[in-house]
Amino acid sequence: MSELNTNVVENQLVKERASQRYKDGFVTDIESVTIPPGLNEDTIRLISKKKKEPEWLLEYRLNAYRHWLTMPTPDWAKLNVPEIDFQAISYYSSPQTKAENAPKSLDEVDPRILETYEKLGVPLHERERLAGVVAVDAVFDSVSVGTTFRKELAEVGVIFCSFSEAVQDHPEIVKKYLSTVVSARDNYFAALNAAVFSDGSFVYIPEGVRCPMELSTYFRINANHTGQFERTLIVAEAGSHVSYLEGCTAPMRDENQLHAAVVELVAMDDATIKYSTVQNWYPGDENGKGGIYNFVTKRGNCLGRNSKISWTQVETGSAITWKYPSCILRGDNSSGEFYSVALTNNYQQADTGTKMIHIGENTKSTIISKGISVGKSQNSYRGIVRVAKSADNARNFSQCDSLLIGKECGAHTFPYTESANMTATLEHEATTSKISDDQMNYCLQRGIPEEEAISLIVDGFCKQVFKELPMEFAVEAKALLDVSLEGAIG
Amino acid sequence: MLEIKDIYAKAGDKEILKNLNLSVKPGEVHAIMGPNGSGKSTMGNLLAGMPHVTATSGSVTYQGKDLLQMEPEDRAAEGVFLAFQYPVEIPGVNNMYFLRTAYNAQRKHRGEENLDSASFLRMVKEKIKQLHMSDDLLKRPVNVGFSGGEKKRNEVFQMAVLEPNLAIMDETDSGLDIDALRVVADGVNQLRSPDRSFVIITHYQRLLDYIEPDFVHVLVDGQIVKSGTKKLALELEEQGYGWLED
Ligand SMILES: Nc1ncnc2c1ncn2[C@@H]1O[C@H](COP(=O)(O)OP(=O)(O)OP(=O)(O)O)[C@@H](O)[C@H]1O
Ligand SMILES: [Mg+2]
Repeated sequence: MSELNTNVVENQLVKERASQRYKDGFVTDIESVTIPPGLNEDTIRLISKKKKEPEWLLEYRLNAYRHWLTMPTPDWAKLNVPEIDFQAISYYSSPQTKAENAPKSLDEVDPRILETYEKLGVPLHERERLAGVVAVDAVFDSVSVGTTFRKELAEVGVIFCSFSEAVQDHPEIVKKYLSTVVSARDNYFAALNAAVFSDGSFVYIPEGVRCPMELSTYFRINANHTGQFERTLIVAEAGSHVSYLEGCTAPMRDENQLHAAVVELVAMDDATIKYSTVQNWYPGDENGKGGIYNFVTKRGNCLGRNSKISWTQVETGSAITWKYPSCILRGDNSSGEFYSVALTNNYQQADTGTKMIHIGENTKSTIISKGISVGKSQNSYRGIVRVAKSADNARNFSQCDSLLIGKECGAHTFPYTESANMTATLEHEATTSKISDDQMNYCLQRGIPEEEAISLIVDGFCKQVFKELPMEFAVEAKALLDVSLEGAIG
Repeated sequence: MLEIKDIYAKAGDKEILKNLNLSVKPGEVHAIMGPNGSGKSTMGNLLAGMPHVTATSGSVTYQGKDLLQMEPEDRAAEGVFLAFQYPVEIPGVNNMYFLRTAYNAQRKHRGEENLDSASFLRMVKEKIKQLHMSDDLLKRPVNVGFSGGEKKRNEVFQMAVLEPNLAIMDETDSGLDIDALRVVADGVNQLRSPDRSFVIITHYQRLLDYIEPDFVHVLVDGQIVKSGTKKLALELEEQGYGWLED
């Protein structure tokens, strides 16, 4: 699509999406099977049984749980996290129609669920979407309700299905890679996830295959008093290529809901994984009531030579965000990228960033982080660049920019570097700025009203990150920023 | 078109304009000259409604309306354009996108439909050609990394696209080489029409060789101390401002 047409589409969509505050805050009225709140070994056995899991996976869960019990809650982030009552949460909820008998085709999915996704702008029919073909795995509370374009993908050998199905149909791959990137003991929330995880997506790209379409997962929390604990695994064999997108929304509720996910990526020789997220969990209201607590561990292992993993995230939602998509650069010449926009408004708190661990020779990493703080929110970038002794000629470039809108918000950066190799080149740039009066005056003088001017300037501030997103997601991201900026003036 | 009457105005806390009077009729070109710090830019900023300049007394009427009561973006939409002395950089925002946002915001204010992208692009390309400027001006972020001359040209380009009724040009000729000066002058001359007026702030009578003004005014210490024709600019060039100051 030409730049020109892109702009037309962009603008229409942006206008539509920006017209309402949190437009995805509705609840779908559907009977669900939700297990009673509470967490103990029986809960875990029940989840595992519901999913008809093999014994080894139950053992894995139980081990994780037992370890989790011994772990303290992490307190190193610049976040004010209220105590979470893990016994008050239900760990499994599934729409009833799905519960006993998983639908094999999209025609069998409850129309109310199809309608929900339609309303969210993610139609589950296999029609070409705006920017071309995108296959979707739709996760509704604790289960995947459908995955599109499976046949087309299977023809080239790509496996794209829910994690639960993968456990049944491809246990050898799951067993081989599960927890190889994020161990069940990695951190408090990763351990919790390993114990109680429900659905997520599974992607396997065979050797030499360039995935013919974008893959995406759309996570939706619907039921109340539940948490969502999804788990995603993407394996890209040698010489393969995949671009994966993830979106998330939840109803507006006064209660806080927990979302603790784990994502593991593995890239072999010459493989590329591009992982994009637009995170729009309900952020809570303007007084800080409600919203999702988002504690996520995402990590990619660049195992092969010349492999590449690129994370792009646009974080506008959640009351609390605790998230550090990272890369382990093990293969020689491998590269990792992290492009991030995090916008916080009202009482939102975000502590997000990345870890780039250089182990192989000539490994390269790029970090571009754009934090925007509005209202009374707090926004922190936290990053580590670690260069192991073995990583000759490792290179990192980090750029962390913060934009403050208003006087009561905060922006913080915590960039750590640890290098054990003299040949490493590490560059770091950081800026903190405000929208200047001169910029605002310039826009006003050209006839652009204040609200539009802020949106324009913020969009410009985020340009380096937005250009990494697939077109359709870039549109969504820009629209979300506009909505999230509401009330930024005055 | 524009009637400035007995204006006293502050820039920040400092009183700068002291009893300023100026009347501009449709189709006229007025040149404003005067020493550094005399209040020329302050006058432009007052007309454009920039928040740091406030009138303490007097009135400004624009097309029959009380200009000082209008929001800056509304003034723009009703045809007031200020080419800034120091155009500001807006990183990441491409020039064309910026200009289209401005263009459509102005149309919206006037109750008109948005111009679609294709028509806008066509129009903009036509203007660029008329002004003998290069297309890549459109793709670059607003003024970022522009040379001084490029920034000034960009102001003229924006003016050509927005087609104001009253254009105030604040030293748009400063720092330009002779070719660029011609480009800027062409831009103004192409826009000249019986219902469009210009207030051109400049230090150099050279510009006025290319843009024939109807009147030349000298602003000293916040007020107009002498008005005349183009001949006045020549006298100023020879003699400086000293003879006018007391
Ligand atoms: N925001 C402000 N606060 C205080 N003083 C200001 C402010 N803006 C301008 N001034 C002062 O107002 C006076 C007039 O400035 P102005 O920019 O209008 O002069 P000018 O005639 O345009 O000069 P030049 O030819 O150098 O561009 C100067 O003394 C300047 O320092
Ligand atoms: Mg000036």
